[in-house]
Amino acid sequence: MALEAVSEQPLDEQIVLDAVQASVHRLFGEYGASKANLKLIKNIPEKRQTVVCCSHKALEQVRAAIASTTSINGEAAVIHVLGVSGTLKALAKKTETN
Amino acid sequence: MRRFADLHLRIPQQDPVKAESMIRKASELGYSLVGIPLAPNASKEQFSQLRHICSDAKLDFASRMNLSPRNSNELLQSLRRYRRKFEVIAVRCDTKDVARQAAKDRRVDLLQFSVTSLRKRFFDEAEAELASQALSSLEIELAPLLQLTSFSRVRLISSLRKEAATAERFKVPITVSSGATEELLMRGPRDYAALTTLFDLPMPSALNALSDNPLVTVERNRKKLSPDYVAPGIQVVGRKTGD
Repeated sequence: MALEAVSEQPLDEQIVLDAVQASVHRLFGEYGASKANLKLIKNIPEKRQTVVCCSHKALEQVRAAIASTTSINGEAAVIHVLGVSGTLKALAKKTETN
Repeated sequence: MRRFADLHLRIPQQDPVKAESMIRKASELGYSLVGIPLAPNASKEQFSQLRHICSDAKLDFASRMNLSPRNSNELLQSLRRYRRKFEVIAVRCDTKDVARQAAKDRRVDLLQFSVTSLRKRFFDEAEAELASQALSSLEIELAPLLQLTSFSRVRLISSLRKEAATAERFKVPITVSSGATEELLMRGPRDYAALTTLFDLPMPSALNALSDNPLVTVERNRKKLSPDYVAPGIQVVGRKTGD
């Protein structure tokens, strides 16, 4: 899943992942967070993108949690999902065309 | 490819720069139609200005009017006055009287309920029964879901779950809109569809609530507002010239 975090301050990839994890935890609790299995894959600073992976079974929950994020580190922020794919190659293609 | 619509983009009318950037953002996020609420006394210039900004951003613009009547008489008066001016009419139902009248009136497109006072959410089985026989849809705005926190959000999700289930059971169309007042509250259509899973709306219904249902509403009203429309199922297909 390719994410774009929009905030006044530039955001580190680990901060973005922590915000997503906190949001999943807030909405679905520890049980839901354990099912999401979120991991950081890579950061593409030139495109302001962060690539994370999650269990495909928990995709909708993770997307809902990402959409419900309104602040990161106390500052107003939003995370947009730029694309979702099963492989990194297809994800790169998708985000290029979008 | 599926087309998505956001029927409630609350752009700040007094700040054209911010309004334009919100419209552009909607286009970037993948919407093809936006409904923008206008004041009842909006001038033709305002309409054409918004239409121009939207067409620049490759968006279709639908004019929308939000009515907040205090009783059913006031609702009927407002409908008589504004129905033929706007493409989408939404009614904020703060009393049961207004909710019932709005649900059975075929001139009402969207039924809105309070998000802060859950006692004022009158979308029960009787309301759904009336709405299913008319043309109105249940509008669910997602910006309040992002803004509310802790227990108030929990209660809202719980109410929405009940209402979405009732609407599905009575086959009342659901329209999901953003209700966003700023860019930070805007999300892509698939993100909104994912958010609706919080109140157990099945994914195909969620996608319909963001695409087919709002698009059908706008299409139907545009046909009705066209000068060729006579009555449901009857329209002028050509005019004889000369004589």
